[in-house]
Amino acid sequence: MSDWYRDFANSGFGTTITKQLGLPRPGVLRRYEPGGPLLPGTAVIGSAGEGRLRDTVSAVLKDAGVTVQSPVTADGASDGGKPAAVILDATGLSTPGDLTAAHDFLAPALKRLRPSGRVILLADPPSDAASPAQAAARQALDGLVRSIGKELREGSTANLLYVPAGAEGALASPLRFFLSGRSAYVDGQVVTLSAATLPAAEDDEKPLAGKVAVVTGAARGIGAAIAKVMARDGAHVVAVDVPASGQSLAEVANEIGGTAFQLDITADDAPQRLVEHLRERHSGGGQGCVDIVVHNAGITRDKLLVNMDAARWNSVMAVNLQAQLDITQALLDADGVLNDDARIVCVSSQSGIAGNRGQTNYAASKAGVIGMVRAWAPVFAERRATINAVAPGFIVTEMTAKMPLGTREVGSRLNSLQQGGLPVDVAETIAWLSQPGSGGVNGQTVRVCGQSLLGA
Amino acid sequence: MASNTKPTTRKAAIVGGNRIPFARSNSKYAQASNQDMLTATLDGLVARFGLQGKVLGEVVAGAVLKHSRDFNLTRESVLGSKLSATTPAYDVQQACGTGLEAAILVANKIALGQIESGIAGGVDTTSDAPLAVNDDLRRVLISLNNAKTMQDRLRALGGFRPGMLAPEIPRNAEPRTGLAMGDHAAITAKEWEIGREEQDELTVRSHHNLAAAYDRGFFDDLLTPYLGLSRDQNLRPDSSIEKLAKLNPVFGKGEGATMTAGNSTPLSDGASAVLLASDEWAEAQGLPVLAHFVDGQTAAVDYVHGGEGLLMAPVYAMPVMLARNGLTLQDFDFYEIHEAFASTVLATMKAWEDPAFCKEKLGLDAPLGSIDRSKLNVNGSSLAAGHPFAATGGRIVASLAKMLHEAGPGKRGLISICAAGGQGVVAILES
Repeated sequence: MSDWYRDFANSGFGTTITKQLGLPRPGVLRRYEPGGPLLPGTAVIGSAGEGRLRDTVSAVLKDAGVTVQSPVTADGASDGGKPAAVILDATGLSTPGDLTAAHDFLAPALKRLRPSGRVILLADPPSDAASPAQAAARQALDGLVRSIGKELREGSTANLLYVPAGAEGALASPLRFFLSGRSAYVDGQVVTLSAATLPAAEDDEKPLAGKVAVVTGAARGIGAAIAKVMARDGAHVVAVDVPASGQSLAEVANEIGGTAFQLDITADDAPQRLVEHLRERHSGGGQGCVDIVVHNAGITRDKLLVNMDAARWNSVMAVNLQAQLDITQALLDADGVLNDDARIVCVSSQSGIAGNRGQTNYAASKAGVIGMVRAWAPVFAERRATINAVAPGFIVTEMTAKMPLGTREVGSRLNSLQQGGLPVDVAETIAWLSQPGSGGVNGQTVRVCGQSLLGA
Repeated sequence: MASNTKPTTRKAAIVGGNRIPFARSNSKYAQASNQDMLTATLDGLVARFGLQGKVLGEVVAGAVLKHSRDFNLTRESVLGSKLSATTPAYDVQQACGTGLEAAILVANKIALGQIESGIAGGVDTTSDAPLAVNDDLRRVLISLNNAKTMQDRLRALGGFRPGMLAPEIPRNAEPRTGLAMGDHAAITAKEWEIGREEQDELTVRSHHNLAAAYDRGFFDDLLTPYLGLSRDQNLRPDSSIEKLAKLNPVFGKGEGATMTAGNSTPLSDGASAVLLASDEWAEAQGLPVLAHFVDGQTAAVDYVHGGEGLLMAPVYAMPVMLARNGLTLQDFDFYEIHEAFASTVLATMKAWEDPAFCKEKLGLDAPLGSIDRSKLNVNGSSLAAGHPFAATGGRIVASLAKMLHEAGPGKRGLISICAAGGQGVVAILES
């Protein structure tokens, strides 16, 4: 499932043609490879107002061996060549007037940004602002980052992190993620951090070492990619899928050294069976049996609402939403099963944000997931755990490969990166949210959509 | 002679099992070889218990119908699986008793402390059957191969006749009597006056029990789908006495014939595997112990000249094993009597209930007595699931171990499997 158009547009002849015709020129995305550097070049850090995060950012970059060069000046001069990342600390914003500094820093730096570059804006949340003017300035960054995302080319992304007072310590993991190739297809996103007690620094190569992760719907597609990335990052994966998918489920489990657990998650006793399985097979590690649960299993039963029978409606709701609720609740209720600092990641969808013709049931279930994680976040925070959602956009899978060529090509280009994402992009985001260090990300829905035009 | 006392040893634990759904002959698995199916079954077991790259004590399995290339079937399957390539393996073959015999062998080695873990299994295909050149042609070809001069070669070829092209087809028949197994079973059914209706009733119950077991997810952790099949292909959830009554008898002759294609097992393809271990090994791996393998016993009868039915050997094996363990036939919570034919199960139980037979043939003062039918084959058996010969033992051992585990500690289960050649294997499991 190679992206023939992207490959063509990046060939010598293709570059000429696409430039002359003004056609989309999707870049080749920089994706994470174990052992590779966090960034393929230098970073520049700038401020708008008197920021408080510069030291934290510098420390993260230093840890990762990234050189910080001095800001690019208005005339384009730079001491370190083209930066691979541009980071703006806008925590000092008081009024919209302070945004001029943001413009002055960003404009020349973005001009020299490398392909697959990263633009990260850091600010306090508008909701904590002391005045309407301050709230306006902070909220302005939302529009700014989304527009930058649309202006960037060649696989570069722009994202905004709102860092409330007290959450400075939680910045490292999100910052690393948005700088790295793990966030290749996450673009134009706004993530609000919260204060969290975090464990000591983890091994960046194996951030999930020693963790037990349940992944539902793991037999194929995005679920299989999640299982593989989790295992690559050190987790033992309990791969779950319906019994009928057992053969491919076993293949996935065997490839990653995990275990296969055949379970229809919509069965009445499914939550109990999962709890028993975890108790039977994964107790003995000290406290709980499971550290990470990824609710990925999902189905579509598309029909226009007027033609949709109850069976289609109910089956989609049962798999995509009710099972996530029931299993999560059962894990919370079962003593000693869910680790205190557990990470739950629920797969939502772009359809749950933008809606989609013929997918009333699917979109409703996926929007429900977003409401669920938001409501559960404070409960999870009390036990140092988190619950978040990811909402994939156009992800190239076996399912999209069956779409008609025209529909597929258009669908895959309707985003700032002008290409479809890969299952691994969704998996990387989920694996990041699952890291012990991501405790400051809670109740959020992160879209993995290349900044899709739909629902933005 | 069977020994009368049991040495003090540890009991092997049954950790779990895996099988592929059983397919009807020449259907879904028509293109799958024994090695393909056994490898897939081992890999499903590996995935279920996280055994990737692990060295197990031994893998023991076999097939009844084997190609000559399958001489090292189990070891080749291990090499093709995700187990460590340094896991030893060997083949066994005891007709339909193969799977259970393999489990006894693995359990015994564990009991003696010779190994800590092992897999027992079995596989059979009646689709990818080993057709052989017929004996006459084989002799011609061997002489041709041995010939040193052109003259010798021509002479050898001169022995060729077109009729020799007819292949040798493996038959489901006893070599010493020429009778199909079903015909033998029909003789026994007649002797024991097993009626058509009770056979059909047992058959319907097998189908209904198996279907119910699937519906409640009983097989979710016992089975891994294969080649598009996720349930046993032979299963007829809507089977009924009325439907079965319409079938014509296929075994036995004349008026009294009762055995049909419905109340006899069909030819089928499939494989099964059971993971056994010492308690310590299971605990160290974080794996459960469903049940323990308590004891096993084989027996054989002289069905050629001795006047006993071909499939009656388990009847003889049972009292020996029960006596050795100080148990009666009624001391069990579940009974798994392999349904080669419905009539075989019924004749077996009838023989245990018969005072004269038990006294004269088994040398017992009193009959073994009857079995509570509500405890018999409660999750279906071979009539519904199908019976890939060597795979049946593993199917039963894993399922029974799970039933015992679900029922709680201290429950006992009994297995009885008849086999070609007048042999039988029985075993006791305990949770």
